[in-house]
Amino acid sequence: MAVSTTPKLDARKLREDFPIFEQLIHDQPLAYLDTAASAQKPRAVLEAMTRFYETSYANIHRGVYDLGERATEAYEGAREKARAFVNAESTREVVFTHNVTAALNAVAYGWGFDNLGPGDLVVVTEMEHHSNFVPWQYVAGRTGADFAVIPVDENGELQLDELDAIAARGNLKVLGCAHVSNSLGSVNPVERLIAWGHEQGAIVVVDGAQAVPHRAVDVQALGADFYAFTGHKMCAPTGIGVLWGRAEHLEAMSPFELGGHMIRKVTVERTTWNELPHKFEAGTAPIAEAVGLGAAIDYLGGIGLEAIERHERELLDYVLPKLEALEGVRVFGPPADRRAGIVSFEVEGAHPHDVAQVLDWEGVAVRAGHHCNQPLMAKLGVPATTRASFYLYTVPEEIDRLVAGIEKARKVFS
Amino acid sequence: MSNELESLYREVILDHYKNPRGHGVIEGADVEAEGQNPLCGDEVSIFVSFDGDKIEDVKFRGRGCAISQASTSMLMEMVKGRTAEEVAAMSKEELLDEVGIPLTPVRLKCALLGLGVLKLALHKGKGTALPEEWAGLAQDLELS
Repeated sequence: MAVSTTPKLDARKLREDFPIFEQLIHDQPLAYLDTAASAQKPRAVLEAMTRFYETSYANIHRGVYDLGERATEAYEGAREKARAFVNAESTREVVFTHNVTAALNAVAYGWGFDNLGPGDLVVVTEMEHHSNFVPWQYVAGRTGADFAVIPVDENGELQLDELDAIAARGNLKVLGCAHVSNSLGSVNPVERLIAWGHEQGAIVVVDGAQAVPHRAVDVQALGADFYAFTGHKMCAPTGIGVLWGRAEHLEAMSPFELGGHMIRKVTVERTTWNELPHKFEAGTAPIAEAVGLGAAIDYLGGIGLEAIERHERELLDYVLPKLEALEGVRVFGPPADRRAGIVSFEVEGAHPHDVAQVLDWEGVAVRAGHHCNQPLMAKLGVPATTRASFYLYTVPEEIDRLVAGIEKARKVFS
Repeated sequence: MSNELESLYREVILDHYKNPRGHGVIEGADVEAEGQNPLCGDEVSIFVSFDGDKIEDVKFRGRGCAISQASTSMLMEMVKGRTAEEVAAMSKEELLDEVGIPLTPVRLKCALLGLGVLKLALHKGKGTALPEEWAGLAQDLELS
């Protein structure tokens, strides 16, 4: 990344866009270091949703009245924004889901049950979030396919030299990998994994939950088969996510959720499916949430993904040396140049939950737990970690307070 | 230290966390049970040996947050020498009084993990009743 030429953002100024920061928590300003779990919402998103509810709300797609048309236009307008945001070829390839978990279940069930069987192999990474791990493990088990993982090394990076040995275990049909690890921040070599998966004749399913909010993603350039991301980690509301899939896969694939709107014609004898992407959007959609996602995309676009990525890199360069200098603190994950704005660590003698509790009283919100990465935690030899994660609104003072809070926790528990 | 910090991690909790009582494994125990709290990743295994109906010895091993480990340590001291029936009927409040700190619903699960695992062990070893609330926990414990 050519750091010197990328635009810079002003986090202090951007914080003013977020009403949540206007309060005190335990008598102190909120230091919110848990964006990897969910991002805070700017006023522009909240107002767009309120305005939509107040002026244009109705159910979509079949209302012939003015409101219904306006609501449909707002919902489909958000889809176009999501398409442009990740440079998909067509809105036919942009399926709205509730979140990444729903998106990946749709693929595991819809594609997996039709295409997997004994002798086939499903591979995911050992650092995969449970949402791109458990559905594949389950569907592999149900269809008689084998299930294996690409192991991680002690730095939290994928052991790519294991790939050939893994491929020898069976007929590789599915490769699932996170673009960015949610617990370690590792930026995975997805281009290389996609190329390898395709060489083996597999489809490649990428979990982009921690990538799309923080760096420019171009699904056509990446060339995966499916790519999922979620709104709530990128300043949009909960309940809205996106499954991008190649049109030929989506056409051939069975729908996972069945019911209203996803049909073309229903008779007692048989039902045919609606056209893409509606075939995968059963039931009333999260309409206002989609509008919120559209507003969040506009907001992030106004700042620029390059500026966000650069800002988080600067924060990493600030925090990593500080944490590594602390006695009794072990930082997990790769160096800053192969890491997104996520830092997991362990404090000697103190359980992550206790560290998080002490930090909370300092007004610092971090996450403690297994981060939906139990196999990875087992590999690292810890039950859980404490995780701090950054975004466009993170300022260096929050990191200073994090470091001071960790020192305090260490004193209490050592 | 802030007041909240002092009240949650009061001296006795930190003492039990750093120097747990009844910590270890009973070789040839009559029964053992284990459980996890997926929230914190707390893990507790409890070993019990009986003398007739009485809990002759009880030990635990585990890892997890200070609240889960300290409350299990306190529990070990509370139940040794009592009958299985008596401990199977022990209320959550009895342990929570001993722990003696304000707990949010989330941390309550940490504090009660050891008691749930112990009741499961007694259920396995002596067929004592698992009242409904604990039966649910036992199911969670076995599943997780």
